[in-house]
Order: sequence, then structure tokens, then C-alpha cells
Amino acid sequence: MGSHVWRPLYIALVLVALILVARSFLVPDDFGIQERGYMYGWHRKGNETEWKAVVVKYRTAAYCQKCHGNKAESLARTPHGIISCENCHGPALNHPDDPPTLTIDRSRALCLRCHAALTTPTSGRARIRGINPHTHNPEAECTLCHDPHNPTSRSDRDEQARLSQK
Amino acid sequence: MNRRDFLKNSITVIAGLAVPLSALELVNPRSLLAGKGDGPALRWAFLVDTQACVGCGFCVKACKTESEIPNEINITRTWVERYVVTRDGKTFVDSPRGGGDGFTTDHIDLNEHGRQEITAEKIEKAFFVPKLCNHCDNPACVQVCPVGATYQTPDGVVLVDRKHCIGCAYCIMACPYGVRSFHPVYKTAEKCTFCYHRITRGMKTACVDACPFGARKIGNLRDPDDPVTKTIMSGRVGILKEQYGTKPQVYYLALSREVK
Repeated sequence: MGSHVWRPLYIALVLVALILVARSFLVPDDFGIQERGYMYGWHRKGNETEWKAVVVKYRTAAYCQKCHGNKAESLARTPHGIISCENCHGPALNHPDDPPTLTIDRSRALCLRCHAALTTPTSGRARIRGINPHTHNPEAECTLCHDPHNPTSRSDRDEQARLSQK
Repeated sequence: MNRRDFLKNSITVIAGLAVPLSALELVNPRSLLAGKGDGPALRWAFLVDTQACVGCGFCVKACKTESEIPNEINITRTWVERYVVTRDGKTFVDSPRGGGDGFTTDHIDLNEHGRQEITAEKIEKAFFVPKLCNHCDNPACVQVCPVGATYQTPDGVVLVDRKHCIGCAYCIMACPYGVRSFHPVYKTAEKCTFCYHRITRGMKTACVDACPFGARKIGNLRDPDDPVTKTIMSGRVGILKEQYGTKPQVYYLALSREVK
């Protein structure tokens, strides 16, 4: 048989070799079958580390308490004590280094997340005091009258004071 | 037996057979973990209390910030659905912008069909259901990935490798729960990571920390003393779409039959 018969075979072999060489450079060393097996664990192991390295933005109330202990303590005595500081004050990130001050969300929309009255008889929402946003001082910011760090109303506070005197 | 009785009986039998077996089966998380005693000491699981959720959407807000998804982009890794069941048996579900701005009106968002008002006396029950990736034990989304870009870690978290993902969106189609979306910036599949960067540092997920009402909890299924595991093992929890056989690991307390 003449060489022209074998030539396509050589070309094919060279192509396969080229692909294998390219593959060895392109596929990362840590790519392969990991702990969860071929069906669920065929991946680049290093990607797990990449996901672990994502920056934590919300540092939790425990982080805030390190410096703002007084605030946290007084807030804990009110019904709003269950709300994480960062829900209204924004993510702490590396505060106080970066950012030095946090952007506080004082908007009406923030309060309405819980305090817009809804008809939800079979959820926890039914136990929260709600207002109709369209009729309850629609132009005013909530913080004009209400203190989010001490949300109980004046009459409630008077009632508590009366009870504590007895 | 006459012709009428025969037809009646046949229809009864067919209707009975049409009820899926899964509808009669009770959830047993113990069986989901059976035969894996030698596995790793960590398996993350999530517990959602639908009775505690008030639909404030703080979880969605925190999730979008933590996972660096701009608020203007209408994709989210977790979302809150509102279910309103009326006395005449109709179910309305809405989740405007994933519930990220909370629910402030009784009008149900019907997307292109506008908003529907349901008066209070017509409502039989109404409640909120937070949804997120179920980090299934048999993740259908992982099986379909042609390039090994999505996978499950040894502790049970399903992640996406953004460097390897080619954006084919097979996984988005494969997920029965619709938890995956397409990231418009990275052009890759986007999903809940159980805040892998937080849970591996001993923290809780951003949504768990943001929830004022304890409606969301995360725990280790392999730790019998974990309060979340104890609740799950009590057997009085529900899972979503168990008929798909994906073995979801997000458990729901007080799950209503209307929730899909």
C-alpha cells in the first residue's frame, strides 16, 4: 500500500495528540471526580475555595455589640430587639474602618415591610400592629413621631410606668 | 353488573390510581440519610417556619446585598411568596420582585394582568412562604451540566463554577423548583450558595441572620444535637415536590397543601 493511504491516519493521530496536549494545559489539575462521585462531584476543587473567599457583608448584631453595647442592650428590651441592626443600618462590612459611617435606611418603605396592615389571618403578620399606608399620615416619615429604637407608643409607656409603680 | 355500574366503577378505580403514591407517603428525612453512616460529619440543611414568616422581605434584601446582586436586577437567590386562599377554593400566589421590598398591599400582583384586590371576608387563609435552593441530595441541576461547572460539595451545598460555566442554562431548566437564574453580568448560572463563605466561617447565612422572626434556620443534619436536626427528625416537616425524587434538604414547618 502506498503512503497516500496512511497519510490521513497520521494526520488524525497528530490531531489527537495536539488535542491531548492542549487539554493537559487547559484543564486545571484539580479538575476531576471529587468526594460526591462522578454524577454530583465532577468539578474543579479550587472553586470551593473561591466561594469560601467571598467577602462577608453582614457582620451580625454580635459584631455591632462590640462597640455599641449600650444601644444593643436598650434595644433588646423593646419589641424591635429581634431585628438585626444591619437590617436598617445597612451591612457593616469593615465598619468603622471601611466604611466609616453607615447609611441608615429611615424610609417609610422600610417600616411598611412589617407595619403595612395586610389580611393574612394564618401568618405571623396578623400579630403585628399595622397601618394603612394611604391613610396614616401618608406624607410623613415614620421617624417623625416614632422612635424605631423604642417603638412602644406613649400610652404603652405610661401604662408600663403605672404598672411598675404598683 | 350493568353497563352504567361498570363505567362508574371503572372511573372510580382510575381516579384512585391517578393519585400519586407520593401524596400518600409521609416525609422521612431519616430514610434520606440512611446508609450513609460513614459519610462526612457535615451535611447542611435548612428549616423554614412558614407560620413565623411575616413577609417583610429582609431576607431577600440581605441576600441580594450579600451575594452582590444589584437591587435593580430582578433576579434573586431567595424569594418570599404570598399565598392567598379564598373561601371559594381559589389560590392566588404572588412575589413582586421576589418580595424583596416586602408586601405592603392586599392587592395580589398578577404580573401582566395587573393587580387583584381580594376583600378580607373572602380570604380563608393567607400566609408567606420563603423559597431558596433546596440543595437536594439528588440535584437534577448538577446531573445535566455538560461541563462540570455545577457540583455538590462534600457537605451538601450545590455551587456553580463561574469560570467553567458556559451559560447553556440546562441547569436552570432542570431545577424543578426554579431557584436558578441567569446572571446578567457574569453570563453564568446563578443560585443560592447557602452563603458558603459564611457557613464555612461558623456564621449563619445572611437570610437567617436578617430574619427577625426566626422563620429561617440552618443546621447540620449529621449532628443529632443540632436544634434544626431535632425538629427535622421529629418528622413533622414537609418538603417541596418530593415526587420528583430530588430529595430536597430545605424542610418546611406548617407547610400548606397549596404550596407548590
